[in-house]
Amino acid sequence: MSAAPSRIGARGVAWWPVLGMAAFLAAFPYVIPYLGGSLDTANRILDWGLFGLGFDLLFGFTGLLSFGQAAFFGVGGFVASYLLVAPVTGNALLALLVGTVLAAAVGVFVGYLSLRRAGIYFAMLTLAFGEMFYFLDISPLAQWTGGENGLAGVPAPQFGFGFGATSPFGVYWFIAILFFFGFWFALRLIRSPFGAVLRAIRDNGERAAAVGHDVPKYKLTVFVIAAAYGGLAGGLLGLLQGYMPPDAFYLETSGQLVVQTIIGGAGTLVGPLVGAAVWLDLYTVLQNIAGIGALWKMILGVIFVLLVTTFRRGLCGVVVLLWWRATTSSPPAGSEAEAPPPSDLIPPPAEPVIRVSRPITGSVVLATRNLSKRYGGLAAVDDVSFELREGEVRAVIGPNGAGKSTFFNMLASVIPPSAGTIEFKGANITDLGTIRVCQLGIAKSFQINQIFRSLTVRENLRVPAIARTYGKFHPSMLKTVGHDAAVNVRIDEAAAAVQLTDRLDTPAAALAYGEKRRLEVGLALATEPQVLLLDEPTAGMSPAERADTVRLLKRIGAGMTIVIVEHDMDVVFGLADRITVLFNGRKIAEGTPEAIQANPDVRAAYLGSQAAHEPA
Amino acid sequence: MGLTVIFGALGVVNFAHGALYAVGAYAGFVTYEYTDSFVAAMAAGAIFVLIVGIVIERGLIRLYYQRPPEDQILVTFGIGIVLVEGLRAIFGGLNRNLPAPSWAASIVNLHVTLYPIYRIDVLVIVAVVLALLYVVLYRTRLGLIVRAGIEDQLMVNILGINVTRTFLTVFGLGAMAAGFAGVINAPIVTVSPDMGADVLVQSFVVIVIGGVGSFWGAVVGGLIAGEILSLAAMIDPAYSDVMLFAAMAVVLILRPQGLFGVQGRQ
Repeated sequence: MSAAPSRIGARGVAWWPVLGMAAFLAAFPYVIPYLGGSLDTANRILDWGLFGLGFDLLFGFTGLLSFGQAAFFGVGGFVASYLLVAPVTGNALLALLVGTVLAAAVGVFVGYLSLRRAGIYFAMLTLAFGEMFYFLDISPLAQWTGGENGLAGVPAPQFGFGFGATSPFGVYWFIAILFFFGFWFALRLIRSPFGAVLRAIRDNGERAAAVGHDVPKYKLTVFVIAAAYGGLAGGLLGLLQGYMPPDAFYLETSGQLVVQTIIGGAGTLVGPLVGAAVWLDLYTVLQNIAGIGALWKMILGVIFVLLVTTFRRGLCGVVVLLWWRATTSSPPAGSEAEAPPPSDLIPPPAEPVIRVSRPITGSVVLATRNLSKRYGGLAAVDDVSFELREGEVRAVIGPNGAGKSTFFNMLASVIPPSAGTIEFKGANITDLGTIRVCQLGIAKSFQINQIFRSLTVRENLRVPAIARTYGKFHPSMLKTVGHDAAVNVRIDEAAAAVQLTDRLDTPAAALAYGEKRRLEVGLALATEPQVLLLDEPTAGMSPAERADTVRLLKRIGAGMTIVIVEHDMDVVFGLADRITVLFNGRKIAEGTPEAIQANPDVRAAYLGSQAAHEPA
Repeated sequence: MGLTVIFGALGVVNFAHGALYAVGAYAGFVTYEYTDSFVAAMAAGAIFVLIVGIVIERGLIRLYYQRPPEDQILVTFGIGIVLVEGLRAIFGGLNRNLPAPSWAASIVNLHVTLYPIYRIDVLVIVAVVLALLYVVLYRTRLGLIVRAGIEDQLMVNILGINVTRTFLTVFGLGAMAAGFAGVINAPIVTVSPDMGADVLVQSFVVIVIGGVGSFWGAVVGGLIAGEILSLAAMIDPAYSDVMLFAAMAVVLILRPQGLFGVQGRQ
């Protein structure tokens, strides 16, 4: 989306963000006085930046907007402070660690509940749970937390080697080192397979699940990671100021984090740090100007609203854009302005590219038994039994309202049937859900394109390739995904199969319609399915694109088991080995294209207005 | 607590509602200072915030209908900050008091407990507003369009209805309700720039418990939340707020879409 992620290609790990951050941290305490701040300001900026790293992973990279991060900040802070004040331990590192772990545990609880809803309701829930912890803090737990007074007298940390409170710089270096590791980990994480899945979820969570990722588990994991960052930052706040205020639990704390991250730029990792610097620096500087001091937060609010409205990527986004304008004539990747001429002419097919996972034996792979779906009194699909043999290309046709889409969605486990069963290789898969069905080897491409728009073609195909390589959930956060040979092979194969090899580094949003359609099929293909479900693959295409797509599907179809729902009869008769005809939810015919063409029932179903071989 | 029901029933709670509620309270407070009339204060609060709401919708929110929900949350949150800080800049951060109207300033003996008449009046006012709202939402053409627009904006647009204007109406109504609520609640709580935060959070809880976009869900959610608050306060006041959130957690575990919510609707 912005600077950091766009550097991640197959080319290798860019070291400059890590080195740049190290250089910045080394220089920062010497620069801050010129910005009107003090060393203490620098400490606070880094602390908020650390807090924001977790939030950026959650919101900037996964798209989960939480207004309850204060809960974790507060829990981490009060646990660490209590341990040191009581004192249970004199070891500040141990106290920080325990605080962080407990904040993460609270993250499991809040995340488990809040992630049951999405969008605005997720934001509402996190906000409400954040408030719950505030009330817990000031009332029932007041004997440990000091209630509205907070916890005073947190001892200054001493670590030897000049770290800690032995010198004014000691505290800074301590925080800077923790921040550096936090930054390094977050950077590794977004470059890992795990991070690639997070960005896919941000773009289109439904599709990420459809290619076989356990989206709820990924969301919960990143939520807990963000909570841990919050807990660590909260603990540091207590150490830093020798006092743990109940403000940590305030709604304003969560709000401040959101505002800082947006002002700095979400999805950049450095954005929260920049935002924190703007916030704390504005606060410090404006305080000294008579007449404006009281208005500083309103000014920030106005900046925030303007940035959200006109430049959602925040200050870092502005810098990246200006830099691109200055150095190149074309806008950066991810911008939709770029629309290169589509190459609709498909080059002659190369050698077969998709690996056949099994030899064609002709046994039944996918079967339905008396499958029905009722909506109230209406039977959308009525008692349909159907058997698909390995290596076969089967078309499902029928007039509008025949129940094709409903039937299809039941095959892909998108909607549960009212009655009947679905079997895959003899095993009942009726209620498994899309994620597990996809992991078993049934992949679906959608009638309306469901691609990851802000990712490049390569990054798009990487999402299903990771699902096939690592399974539905894999918390590998330190591996660099671009270096993963197994994943890269799968990406290349799928790209070749849908002829997008020379478009691999193009943002998906910039593709021509026909190319997007092919990418849609490619996403399903890259899961290396044993059964490929294609929902109107030529929908919305021009006749030329349509003919190309048929050729493409024919090649893919050689050696694959495919179910295709299609309106265009030329496509159907050009591809299918056998055809199933649905009418009013019931199966009225099944057989070879010739048999179907001659079938009087089928002609009657299409009501004579069109012969069956013409487009319906 | 009854006030949150109004937000829930409208189904348009946004993150600026707490601030609009505070703006309404201040508008009422100022009007009362000049006129000494509580009725004038109520009218002024509602109308002033309606105007503020219309300006905000035309000026900003309008640009957001095509953007992801996260952006809408962010912008309403930002507007909330600006409004609250604006109040703080004009009126200062001190608490103000808006006295209950003279016709409601006495206390009634309910035998169980002494109860200020004003609180009973608020209950009556809320009930009347809810009844009005029900009639508008479920018995008029506008209500039908509003409900349809919440369900499927595109479809309503295709049917030739100006959804933009409908959304303006809904946003305006929501703002007006918030402003009105701010005034009638002002004698019970103290008037301060931050007074909206609690109401905002409680509205969210009511909506989550009752189910999104359900009129009866909002009513029942509000009643349940009110009961929990007062019952828990009787047993142990320290836990009353916490119990409210615990109830929300239980509903989320057992019925994520809320008591009256429709499954599948996010």
